[in-house]
Amino acid sequence: MKEKNDYQEKLLTVFMTFLKIGLFTFGGGYAMIPLIEYETVERHHWIESEDILDIFAIAEATPGVIAVNTATFVGYKVAGFWGSLLATLGVVIPSLTIISLIALFFQEFQSLEWVGYAFRGIRAGVIVLILGAVVKMGKKGEYTPLTVLILMLAFGLASFTNINVIYLLLGGAVTGLAYQIWLNKKISNGENSGEDK
Amino acid sequence: MYLDLFITFFKIGLFTIGGGYAMIPLIQQEVVTHGWLTLLELTDFIAVAESTPGPFAVNIATFVGMEMGGLPGALITTTAVVLPSFIIILFIAKAFTNFQQNKWVQGALYGMRPVVIGLIAAAVWLLMSTGFISEGAEIHSVDDLFSALQYLEIIIFVIGSFVYFRFKLHPIKLILISAGLGMVFFGVLPMFY
Repeated sequence: MKEKNDYQEKLLTVFMTFLKIGLFTFGGGYAMIPLIEYETVERHHWIESEDILDIFAIAEATPGVIAVNTATFVGYKVAGFWGSLLATLGVVIPSLTIISLIALFFQEFQSLEWVGYAFRGIRAGVIVLILGAVVKMGKKGEYTPLTVLILMLAFGLASFTNINVIYLLLGGAVTGLAYQIWLNKKISNGENSGEDK
Repeated sequence: MYLDLFITFFKIGLFTIGGGYAMIPLIQQEVVTHGWLTLLELTDFIAVAESTPGPFAVNIATFVGMEMGGLPGALITTTAVVLPSFIIILFIAKAFTNFQQNKWVQGALYGMRPVVIGLIAAAVWLLMSTGFISEGAEIHSVDDLFSALQYLEIIIFVIGSFVYFRFKLHPIKLILISAGLGMVFFGVLPMFY
């Protein structure tokens, strides 16, 4: 009986956490990453800090909304199917509610001056948050000449060209695989002199 | 019509990889060719979606659904846009626990991790270059750059960075603080000069 209660409590926490994430991320996509990282890694310790980058990589490389993908994934890891369902509902419900209301009063909303002022501030604040996510995840990164090169290339191409991010992720995956194959060859050729990789 | 809404947004959810702004072209094409919104209405709404919480694609799905079929319409489009992700990720999450330690999966992830960091860094760069320089400014010299800078936004960014990194604030607190600073800088201050 106690176990059942613990599980229900966990489900509730998952739901409330993603409700909060859905409610407080403006600008979608990348703006959600810092908050998801904070809540799932630092606060609730649901996800290891090493794993969160992998989850973001998968969420971006699969179809659909990144925030929803991440919510589904984390929810599943924490509490199985019901966890993923509640996490997804949690992240979507704030949008659904707020946008439904706005759709009813679309013209009025657009003319709310003070809302506009607040959002100009929020836009600047969101940059701080995403910068924080880069710093945090950057610290966890594994730096070799190869990964640094990939990072710089991804940054440059995403900043200065219109390339679809999926090609960048695919390119990264292929490079990583090729590197793995090369390592394997090296090991099987017996050239491996004390390297433990 | 409800079926049409469902199928269209299911397709949008299924075929847009990379999320966020990568979804705009497909959404635009589908929504405009169906005659659900004009291009102008869509552009207006993109601005609203940016200033409301939540994922952009979910916001726009809800909005179109609401405009076309009221609350039932909104529920249908929102479910439709989320459903493909949900199903796909559920399978991946199930399999991932088994495959995560696989050598090849690790190899691919080894190459993808730096891409993700690079992409997030690029998001910072893009937000800075659009947020800190006034829109449509032509920059040919250093003087042009200085006159096009949005100083108030930059000040909010600097204050925000200081309190966020120095005091390790919760992200939500930072959002609230920057909303407050925005109202002070753009609403209250102009009243005095």
